[in-house]
Amino acid sequence: MSRFIVPMGFILLIILLGIGLTLDPREVPSPFIDKPAPDFNLPVLGEADKTLSPKDMLGQVWLFNIWATWCNACRAEHETLVALSKMGAVPIVGLNYKDENEMAQRWLQQLGNPYVVNAVDKDGRVGIDWGVYGAPETFIIDKKGIIRHKHIGPVYPQVIQETILPLVKKLQGEQG
Amino acid sequence: MTVVRNRFSVWHLGWLALIGIMLSALTAPAQAKIESIEFSDEQMEEDYKVLIQELRCLVCQNQNLADSNAELAQDLRQQTYELLEKGASREEVVEYMVTRYGDFVMYRPPLKATTFFLWFGPVVIFLIAVIVLVMFSRRQKQLPTATVTEQDQQKAHSLLDD
Repeated sequence: MSRFIVPMGFILLIILLGIGLTLDPREVPSPFIDKPAPDFNLPVLGEADKTLSPKDMLGQVWLFNIWATWCNACRAEHETLVALSKMGAVPIVGLNYKDENEMAQRWLQQLGNPYVVNAVDKDGRVGIDWGVYGAPETFIIDKKGIIRHKHIGPVYPQVIQETILPLVKKLQGEQG
Repeated sequence: MTVVRNRFSVWHLGWLALIGIMLSALTAPAQAKIESIEFSDEQMEEDYKVLIQELRCLVCQNQNLADSNAELAQDLRQQTYELLEKGASREEVVEYMVTRYGDFVMYRPPLKATTFFLWFGPVVIFLIAVIVLVMFSRRQKQLPTATVTEQDQQKAHSLLDD
């Protein structure tokens, strides 16, 4: 009996460490899932006299994408976002996070603009309120203004097809 | 004889030094980044120091806010400072961070069902190791040990002396 203890312990340890390897420590579970989207009132990119609040989006399912021109991974996901916006399946609202207005506007002109509107978070306060710790991050918010999903890191076509679009479709079917 | 003893003490010194270095690495965290911040009272400064030691930088996950130079860490230090200056208590600052970043932001997470293994896993594994060790050493003792009789010893001596 006892001769099995050491190999058994060894196998258990391997299983434990193996599970550890499959987890991504960068994916910190967001405490915001199924909570109301934190409110803000920020100037609109390119239209400084206007402001944007998450309340403006009540009644529809929308994506909230945190991006910046200094963020390489944002550049990597940009084409995917542009393609998604052309499908017209869901409006994408941008949060231009700790960025320069001019550079952000130039980026959108050159690379295409997937956003229906962009809020300017110059000092990153709203980013903190939303628990942002590394752009890009993408939230899915339902018709009632509740955060239902958070994707950390760049959005790739696979993520759109397998996660975002199915969830958006499901949420659009819910009562507003 | 003295030579041997000296060698032993050198060995011991070496081990002591090594253990000392390891202990100091454990207890003294890296020097916090120096930022010139003015606090309106000493308690706040104390709270600030404790908080930035205990809050994790989420970008560079194995550093706390005090040690990290990441932009987010700078912002969160600033936020911590401002909250304290507004009269928030330590617990309120921690709560502010946890509602935004989750329990992971704390280096000492609360005891919950999900963090149970995190808290007690090492103790459990240690206990298992001790039990296994005791079991094995007991079994070793039960093995018959070679006994040398007086006669054999005298025989060996006489053989060696020749």
